[in-house]
Amino acid sequence: MLSIKNLHASVEGKEILKGINLEIKPGEVHAIMGPNGSGKSTLSQVLAGNDAYEVTSGEILFNGEDLLALETEERAREGIFLAFQYPVEIPGVSNLQFLRTAVNAMRKHQGQEEMNAAEFMKLARQVSKQVDLNPDFLKRGVNEGFSGGEKKRNEVMQALLLQPKLAILDETDSGLDIDALKVASDGVNALRSDDRAILMVTHYQRLLNYIVPDQVHVLAGGRIIKSGGRELALELEEKGYGWLGVKDEDEAQVAG
Amino acid sequence: MANTDRQVNELIKREYEHGFVTEIEAETFEPGLNEDVIRRLSAIKNEPEFMLEWRLKAYRRWLEMDEPNWAHVNFPKVDYNAISYYSAPKKREDMPQSLDEVDPELLKTYEKLGIPLHERAKLAGVAVDAVFDSVSVATTFKEPLEKAGVIFCPISEAVQKYPELVQKYLGSVVPAGDNYFAALNSAVFSDGSFVYIPKGVRCPMELSTYFRINAANTGQFERTLIIADDDSYVSYLEGCTAPMRDENQLHAAVVELVVLDNAQIKYSTVQNWYPGDENGKGGIYNFVTKRAACIGKNSKVSWTQVETGSAITWKYPSCVLRGDNSVGEFYSVALTHNYQQADTGTKMIHLGKNTSSTIISKGISAGRSSNAYRGLVKFGPGAEAARNFTQCDSLLIGDRCAAHTFPYIESQNKTAIVEHEATTSKVSDEQMFLCRQRGIDPEQAVSMIVNGFCKEVFKELPMEFAVEAGKLLEVSLEGSVG
Ligand SMILES: Nc1ncnc2c1ncn2[C@@H]1O[C@H](COP(=O)(O)OP(=O)(O)OP(=O)(O)O)[C@@H](O)[C@H]1O
Ligand SMILES: [Mg+2]
Repeated sequence: MLSIKNLHASVEGKEILKGINLEIKPGEVHAIMGPNGSGKSTLSQVLAGNDAYEVTSGEILFNGEDLLALETEERAREGIFLAFQYPVEIPGVSNLQFLRTAVNAMRKHQGQEEMNAAEFMKLARQVSKQVDLNPDFLKRGVNEGFSGGEKKRNEVMQALLLQPKLAILDETDSGLDIDALKVASDGVNALRSDDRAILMVTHYQRLLNYIVPDQVHVLAGGRIIKSGGRELALELEEKGYGWLGVKDEDEAQVAG
Repeated sequence: MANTDRQVNELIKREYEHGFVTEIEAETFEPGLNEDVIRRLSAIKNEPEFMLEWRLKAYRRWLEMDEPNWAHVNFPKVDYNAISYYSAPKKREDMPQSLDEVDPELLKTYEKLGIPLHERAKLAGVAVDAVFDSVSVATTFKEPLEKAGVIFCPISEAVQKYPELVQKYLGSVVPAGDNYFAALNSAVFSDGSFVYIPKGVRCPMELSTYFRINAANTGQFERTLIIADDDSYVSYLEGCTAPMRDENQLHAAVVELVVLDNAQIKYSTVQNWYPGDENGKGGIYNFVTKRAACIGKNSKVSWTQVETGSAITWKYPSCVLRGDNSVGEFYSVALTHNYQQADTGTKMIHLGKNTSSTIISKGISAGRSSNAYRGLVKFGPGAEAARNFTQCDSLLIGDRCAAHTFPYIESQNKTAIVEHEATTSKVSDEQMFLCRQRGIDPEQAVSMIVNGFCKEVFKELPMEFAVEAGKLLEVSLEGSVG
């Protein structure tokens, strides 16, 4: 489904990603861990097509197609979804209107009929309950005045509404209380299916108790320095990143 | 004998009528402005003596005045002697005969705005049959209005039919000598609307759809007078979300609202005149004077405006709050794009006790445009416990546009309270990325963000018009991204 080959990317002239290789198959869940500033969000943003980041070399294939040739919105319509680490506010635009516009853009692309306000309202209420957000949040401005945890649950709600093929979750677990973590994880698990893949960035192995990954990768210094199974996360929790030869984010080097 | 006399008289009259009609059909005044031109204009309109005198007085005032140049706009000098002050209604043959002859771009815009099919032809200036023209609108609306006692007619008709009302109130809010453009308008105004709501009457409908059809050809010096008598209410909607076919470059309108005891006028404007092309060529200069006099106690006026058109807009709908407890409100969205310039705002003049005013101004600048808010809040010595709340928000799209805010406050009463808030924000790259990441087109994203920014104002518009206004912003913003 997703195939990243020797990806290099920089921001404001500074190289952040220094040769990423990653293969994700349909139905799989991959977790990416790594020190602060190592490039996890950069990778997520590059996949989604944020043009603040410049891809200097490498290749990304999504279902065999050249992802880098597509605009952000085209990638989204092909099924790439990014749950943001820091969701931005859009004052005055109601969540409901925003979500309906997004869902209808997707439906239009798939040749389906657009949903009218009443139909969509019904669907949105249902999904908001699934992530334990009061439907009143639908009427508020997009992320406007939402608490950190509410913003994250709002992101999961959007994933559920948009039903992406590849969901990239950038620290969706950060800032969630214990109950909310459970709720959000249930939401993500509801997304799991044979034709869908999930790439989640996290700092906490605890999330992986709820959403059990097929693979865990360690990203440090702009490269994936180690990959393994679920147990790699436990090992990291016990030993920290130093064990892999990573001292701190700036000096992060490839082990060996 | 008597019979012959009558026949002769008839004949003379007929000839005169005939000549008169031909004159109207054939004649457009040669460019230029002088007392003779005004006399001829008044004669063609068959006006009573007082009207002519009023025009001449205004003209003499105008001659002594200087064109204002303090507004935050730049424009080439207007040559007032190069303008024709009367132009005969277009002959049928000269109009497009069907929609097929109309600029397809214009029609596309009407379609995007959702203008009903039967109105499109009229707006595009197509020669339409009288039947088609009037059945849908004029007759259906005229009846309930008449039943309620509401007078709603062209001001030229009101001058003839209700001279007492016109003489009493015309110029009572905006005197002829008020400003340069108001003086010019008073001297040469072509036509406009007249509304009178009798005591205790709540106007049974929004005076809107009716207006849209009627106002398509009111010309460049429009004059509107609305009077709400004691305990009455009216919601009036000026203009139209469709771009007007208009060859006049200069527009200098005057709108006067008179509000008596416990009465309320809600006046909404959507203005979408030709703004000029993307290089700043062409476009309308819109210099309009709008003012409401809250004469009565507990009277209330709300101005709501959405401005997206014109090359240059210079406009400050104002409220004179004379009656005790009277209320003035101003809600404004002004959007400028390409090379447009807008200098708009309001004046709230508090004279009575416990008067209060609210100003919500939303300025949106895109392209290389410039958008200024200019507001004056004034408290007279008698404005005991008066208060004002002002909020001015500017939104920038791109980095070549500009927004300015000029709030002025003058207070002669220590008990008056003013609150002022101002913000400037940008449509951020992060917001755009979020929308696009969710599959939304960049243009749709901008329009959604801008609509959100304007929400507080749009909710003041009559329901169906708020929807049109939203679409209008979308159309006006085309090409503002990428
Ligand atoms: N827009 C930007 N301008 C300048 N530097 C940037 C920008 N975006 C990211 N960076 C830098 O790139 C590096 C990688 O950042 P990134 O956000 O990808 O890290 P991360 O792995 O997600 O970290 P965290 O765990 O703290 O979220 C950091 O040093 C960061 O400061
Ligand atoms: Mg990050």
